Amino acid sequence: MNVLAVHTPYSVPAGMMEALQVTLLVLVAAGATAVVLIRARVRQVLMLSIYGVLLAVLFLAFQAPDVTLSELAVGAVALPIVLLLALAKVRKREE
Amino acid sequence: MTPGQRRWIFLAAGTGLVLFYLSGLLGLPAFGSYPGPYGPAILRVAVAQTNATGVVSAINFDYRGFDTVGEEFILFAAATGVAVVLRRLRGERERPAVDEAADRHVPPTSSAVRMVALLFTGPVVLVGWWLASHAQASPSGGFQGGVVLATAFVLIYLSGEFLVFKRFSPADLTDVVEAVGAGGFAALGVAAVLMGLPYLTNFLPLGQVPGAVSSSGTIALISFFVGLEVAAAFILIVGELLEQTLLIRQGRP
Repeated sequence: MNVLAVHTPYSVPAGMMEALQVTLLVLVAAGATAVVLIRARVRQVLMLSIYGVLLAVLFLAFQAPDVTLSELAVGAVALPIVLLLALAKVRKREE
Repeated sequence: MTPGQRRWIFLAAGTGLVLFYLSGLLGLPAFGSYPGPYGPAILRVAVAQTNATGVVSAINFDYRGFDTVGEEFILFAAATGVAVVLRRLRGERERPAVDEAADRHVPPTSSAVRMVALLFTGPVVLVGWWLASHAQASPSGGFQGGVVLATAFVLIYLSGEFLVFKRFSPADLTDVVEAVGAGGFAALGVAAVLMGLPYLTNFLPLGQVPGAVSSSGTIALISFFVGLEVAAAFILIVGELLEQTLLIRQGRP
């Protein structure tokens, strides 16, 4: 059964690629759940950044290296930075 | 309505949703199957037509260049919006910064953080520059390269102070670079119109070697402009937010 793996000219066996893709899908699902479940805000942002890296690797395994680069830059770095800055501002008001 | 009744309604609705979703999943085409004619057609002709071996960039900046102009101006409008909301305008008076938590201990930047940030700044600039200027040969492009370049400025902030960050990215300069990036992309399209071609036609010579830096005509140039725009927009947004955050901390010794 070849449900997930895309046929490639590379010499990686399709079964291996499929195992990698399924592993990454499970990791992404776990990461997304962790982002929702973590309530401490700064930790939540850090988890979001890790989740961005996981998504980027997932995109790479599904042969979308251009989306991988965008996701790494935006999801893993830029979005967490903006969120951390917003948190720093809000925290000052609250204290 | 009692909590018990509510739970039963939820369970019924939840089961219905799951069944509906699963039946939809079963009807999906196999992964990677693409019935449209456009993808295979473009894969066959793209490299020959554009001399760009990065076909994704050829699609983004040439075949679907008009969409990308729109996307670029979304980011441009967002950065402008942040600047309009957060910057002090003529006729507005800013309250002097007051430390609202004066007794809070702000830990100084550790030398480990400084060291790592300093070590990474150079390589990050290099990678960002490479990504932005090699769209024609790799799955990169101005967008990714621009964000990576902007990250280098955040590293400068981490390794030093906000004042250093500001010295490296004065607001006037980022504004100009952002405008040049966004305007350059649109102007390349207008230049094609002035030559009697459709908007955003790839009118520059395509070069001899597919995927070389000098190949692919306007694709490489547009990617470069997008890189400028995106880098400046992110630096502007992060700079404005940092200024807001640190307004209060400035008075500290």
